[in-house]
Amino acid sequence: MIAFRTLLYKEALRFWKVAFQTVGAPVLTSVMYLMIFSQVLADRVKVYDTVRYTDFLIPGLVMMSVLQNAFSNSSSSLIQSKITGNIVFVLLPPISYREFYAAYVIASVMRGIVVGLGVWIAALPFAQVAVVHPLWALGFALLGGAMLGTLGIIAGIWADKFDQLAAFQNFMIMPLTMLSGVFYSIHSLPSFWQGVSHLNPFFFMIDGFRYGFFGVSDVSPWLSFAVVAVALTVLTGVCLEMLRRGYKLRH
Amino acid sequence: MLSGNDGGIAISVQGAVKLYGSLRALAGVDLEVRQGEFFGLLGPNGAGKTTLISALAGLARLSAGHIAVMGHDVVTDYRAARRMLGVVPQELVFDPFFSVREVLRIQSGYFGVKDNEAWIDELLENLDLTSKANANMRTLSGGMKRRVLVAQALVHKPPVIVLDEPTAGVDVELRQTLWKFIQKLNAAGHTIVLTTHYLEEAEALCTRIAMLKAGRVIALDTTANILRRVSSHALKVRVAEAIVLPEALQEKLVCHEAEEMSFSFEKYEDVEAMLAALRTAGAVLHDVEITKPDLEQAFIGMMSKA
Repeated sequence: MIAFRTLLYKEALRFWKVAFQTVGAPVLTSVMYLMIFSQVLADRVKVYDTVRYTDFLIPGLVMMSVLQNAFSNSSSSLIQSKITGNIVFVLLPPISYREFYAAYVIASVMRGIVVGLGVWIAALPFAQVAVVHPLWALGFALLGGAMLGTLGIIAGIWADKFDQLAAFQNFMIMPLTMLSGVFYSIHSLPSFWQGVSHLNPFFFMIDGFRYGFFGVSDVSPWLSFAVVAVALTVLTGVCLEMLRRGYKLRH
Repeated sequence: MLSGNDGGIAISVQGAVKLYGSLRALAGVDLEVRQGEFFGLLGPNGAGKTTLISALAGLARLSAGHIAVMGHDVVTDYRAARRMLGVVPQELVFDPFFSVREVLRIQSGYFGVKDNEAWIDELLENLDLTSKANANMRTLSGGMKRRVLVAQALVHKPPVIVLDEPTAGVDVELRQTLWKFIQKLNAAGHTIVLTTHYLEEAEALCTRIAMLKAGRVIALDTTANILRRVSSHALKVRVAEAIVLPEALQEKLVCHEAEEMSFSFEKYEDVEAMLAALRTAGAVLHDVEITKPDLEQAFIGMMSKA
């Protein structure tokens, strides 16, 4: 347990030591999105009857920050360690692959939650509604953070250079997030694109999280929960198997 | 620290084979290192030294064969095996996010060691790092980073310590500090395995040596035996003008270039008779030099033969 706790502590300390970059910058970016989009689109976009566009936007941005930062944390930590070679410091000690997995994922969730909280607090002056189901919101933030943290481990281990990791981030994580309904309700899309959105697990994470805020969502929060839980389970299985085999870590 | 040498086996390598595609990095290595030994692993680049150490440390997985550290298999009983082992990697790696002390605390934690401050202080002291304890790793010179790597390998007081070319590109002062400390650890009962390109270092420190070539052990013996086996003393002389050598000296002639000649001999008593024979042949000596066998000659001899 000491090994696991130490690895978790080290991973958390790592992002906290550069908090301007890992927490401050993403909070600022999200607040810029909020200010600009809510200013420009507030009177043009109608989402739910009972929810203002600005209020609709806030949970989407919070969750997007949670997801992107959870992914960044594990993936960038691993690729940096691999490229600089200091990954040996965690490969030489008697740390099991499960402890390794848990430490990296939990640290990723921590960074996601810290950034998400930062975005939410910064957005409070713009918001007019309270959080209706905080436990649903927290549950989706934790599950979504864990899922992206896991995906970050997979990407960080798979990528041999920064360029490959950037491709993973820009061509997979970014489009899936942008097309998940952060900035719009999928009910405003033609039915074909609504169907396509239902294939995107990120949509269920955002939608479920939003249900926690308003008690209103595009699909049932239970369905979202089930989709996210299954996706997390599958990715965890893949990730643990990679770590058990030492894929690209132990030659 | 540790109890003295009890003669048990510290490292056991059996039939170790490692394939990288069609390349046989290890082609069936068998060797044992006894507890308390100062063991040298020598060989040219690409001989398989680092692959063997990686397999020992769990960084690489063997294609066939087994390795155990203090009786613990490095695959099936990896937790116990890794606790017994401290590895100083060859490459100068460091974590730029942390200070020296933080790095050592974190590394202690990875090995399950709590409250390690007293030992960390001792390590810092012995490796001349005390003044740098709170400096960020990024700000340290190459030599300092190398010392931190050594400290990191020792945080959990491993009974077996492996140093993979620890003095490559390191200044004389650090080499001295490092060897003094490693010898102290060896005297306290730690088993030391060293790979190095500086053969005089291996000759001075190691009690036993394995030579590797193309993934195989081509020699495994005490340092003294290896030296005895492959090279002998040499008597080098420079004479005023060329002479005709008597038959007794012809046999011992190793090298003859104009006025310079080199003869091999086994015992120092032989030297007097050789010099007398040279005088009888009419030689006027301008210079005389006696050279001892060294590991470099032995190494080159073995590598070219094998």
